[in-house]
Amino acid sequence: MAEPVLSVQHLVKRFGGLTATDDLSIEVMPGELHALIGPNGAGKTTAIGQIMGEITPDAGRILFLGEDVTRLSTPARVRRGLSRSFQITQLLEDDTAEDNVALAVQARAGHSFRFWRDAFGDARLRGPARAALEGVGLPPARWSLPVADLSHGERKQLELAVALASGPRMLLLDEPMAGLGASESLRMTEVLRGLKGRIPMLLVEHDMDAVFSLADRISVLVYGHCIASGTPDEIRQDPAVRAAYLSEEERV
Amino acid sequence: MHRLWRDERFWAVLLLALAALVPVVAPLLGSPATVGLATRIAIYAIAASSLNLILGQGGLVSFGHAAYFGLGGYAVGILYAHYASGEPFLGLIPGSNDLLVTMPVAILAGGIGAAIIGALSLRTAGVQFIMITLAFAQMLYFLFVSLKAYGGDDGLAIRRVVPVLGMNLRDPATLYWIALGLLALWLFLMDRIGRSRFGRILAGVRQGERRMAAIGVRTYPYKLAAFTIAGMGAAMAGALMVNYLRFVSPDMMHWTKSGELMVMVILGGLGTLLGPVVGAAALVSLEYTLSGLTEHWQFILGPILLLVVLFARGGILGGLRRLAGRPRQHQAQPLPPEELPSGELPPGDPVAERAAHG
Ligand SMILES: Nc1ncnc2c1ncn2[C@@H]1O[C@H](COP(=O)(O)OP(=O)(O)O)[C@@H](O)[C@H]1O
Ligand SMILES: [Mg+2]
Repeated sequence: MAEPVLSVQHLVKRFGGLTATDDLSIEVMPGELHALIGPNGAGKTTAIGQIMGEITPDAGRILFLGEDVTRLSTPARVRRGLSRSFQITQLLEDDTAEDNVALAVQARAGHSFRFWRDAFGDARLRGPARAALEGVGLPPARWSLPVADLSHGERKQLELAVALASGPRMLLLDEPMAGLGASESLRMTEVLRGLKGRIPMLLVEHDMDAVFSLADRISVLVYGHCIASGTPDEIRQDPAVRAAYLSEEERV
Repeated sequence: MHRLWRDERFWAVLLLALAALVPVVAPLLGSPATVGLATRIAIYAIAASSLNLILGQGGLVSFGHAAYFGLGGYAVGILYAHYASGEPFLGLIPGSNDLLVTMPVAILAGGIGAAIIGALSLRTAGVQFIMITLAFAQMLYFLFVSLKAYGGDDGLAIRRVVPVLGMNLRDPATLYWIALGLLALWLFLMDRIGRSRFGRILAGVRQGERRMAAIGVRTYPYKLAAFTIAGMGAAMAGALMVNYLRFVSPDMMHWTKSGELMVMVILGGLGTLLGPVVGAAALVSLEYTLSGLTEHWQFILGPILLLVVLFARGGILGGLRRLAGRPRQHQAQPLPPEELPSGELPPGDPVAERAAHG
């Protein structure tokens, strides 16, 4: 059997009395799209934060490509190939969409102690940046707008483009469709389908249509604990999941 | 042409070219004192522009920038004192009164000082960073107050300024042109840095440390480099100031001087190329004019500054841009309410966010 790309083992995180991550173990295999679902406050974002090194877990280990990264800083993990998108977009608001992506390309291209050459006209940065923007389907007319002028849907697309531009060997996507309209959601689903197989992904998402159509495997998180993990069909049938999470109106 | 006049670099060149004429025009207008005023403006413009690199570009609110201004000044003053006494500094380094020696030493001193203080204070952020940079600057201030060998509270006088490359520094116009030339050089450097990959990292630091970590950038080394470069610029300005005043005292590094530099940057326009220059010109001339009118000029200056900061977002340059009808850059389109995701804030106000990152 192949080595998992990401292996989270017995992760625990407490915020005071609240156990946000409760003995969480999860694996993502090469080429796999693994969806992580669960009600609001289940600890999905907290889990991603720990995998990225933004939040320090109280216990447990995180292996990425066979290496223990539990104690590495976020930048060190990103350089090894982990990349995330944010549920609440974290973009450089004054900069244009293209500048945002170009900066991620630049960060991947090595150190930035370069004081002289104009980075705005550097084809080695602009080329890959435009390719990433094209890849997520942001219309070229929007590329030169400051992020602050973009719509919510465009910002979500840009989040994904920035995450892709850092050349990830694995993507952690935190609710890429949250707040999108129906057609925008469909477009994002297709973008993710295009990436599927090429980049392993851990996808946190509330849009059940998207999750069940995209995921190879689904894990269900409730109160920080993984209550079930399996194929979309298995999850659909799982009585514990139905009771705890998939309410009647969300039934698929 | 219509694009050219929107380019700050065009205005910078024009402004510097016009400023070079001041020593020619001033005597014709019967106000030779203007040259001295213009010299002070050029020098403060360098210092303010150096602060702008970290405050405006990087969003690092350093409240101790006068420390490096003073270090540069004291490098010149101390080297002169040893030159005059004939005793080498620390028994090793011979004194000097040659600007070609003292200026590089001053820049080095400012750079080393900033590197050390930066290395310690950049481990913190936010209000803590403001307080620590302020505390370090005040420590240096009191250090020089207590250094009786170099005049303590009273400071040091520099008696003569020797010619540099055949230029007579005692001639006010020559000293002015040197200061203006160095300002031009500094602005050119700032413009290059601002557009470089390094400058892009600084812009990222200002707008979102979290984003920078997420794209794999450890920001500390970049912040430290920027802090050090800024310290070197301030020290260069300090060295010029001491040559101009022929006097150095701890007042050069007093916290009020750090505050003045901040006011210049914010007044002129944070994060712009020309803003700090315009801010320096505005503050120095306002002080000069108001102090000629009344003893209580500070009571008038305060409200004026407050009005500009409150009502001209982006400082004088931001106000001018709006007058020139430049499309506003950071106008967020309001989202239709149904598009707002639950529990998520609408796209943030960039100014508020920048403040939060400071
Ligand atoms: N920094 C924090 N301090 C305290 N509690 C937190 C913090 N971050 C998250 N929590 C809590 O942890 C729980 C899980 O949050 P989160 O991971 O954001 O959930 P999800 O992303 O699944 O909606 C929530 O109850 C939330 O209030
Ligand atoms: Mg969440």
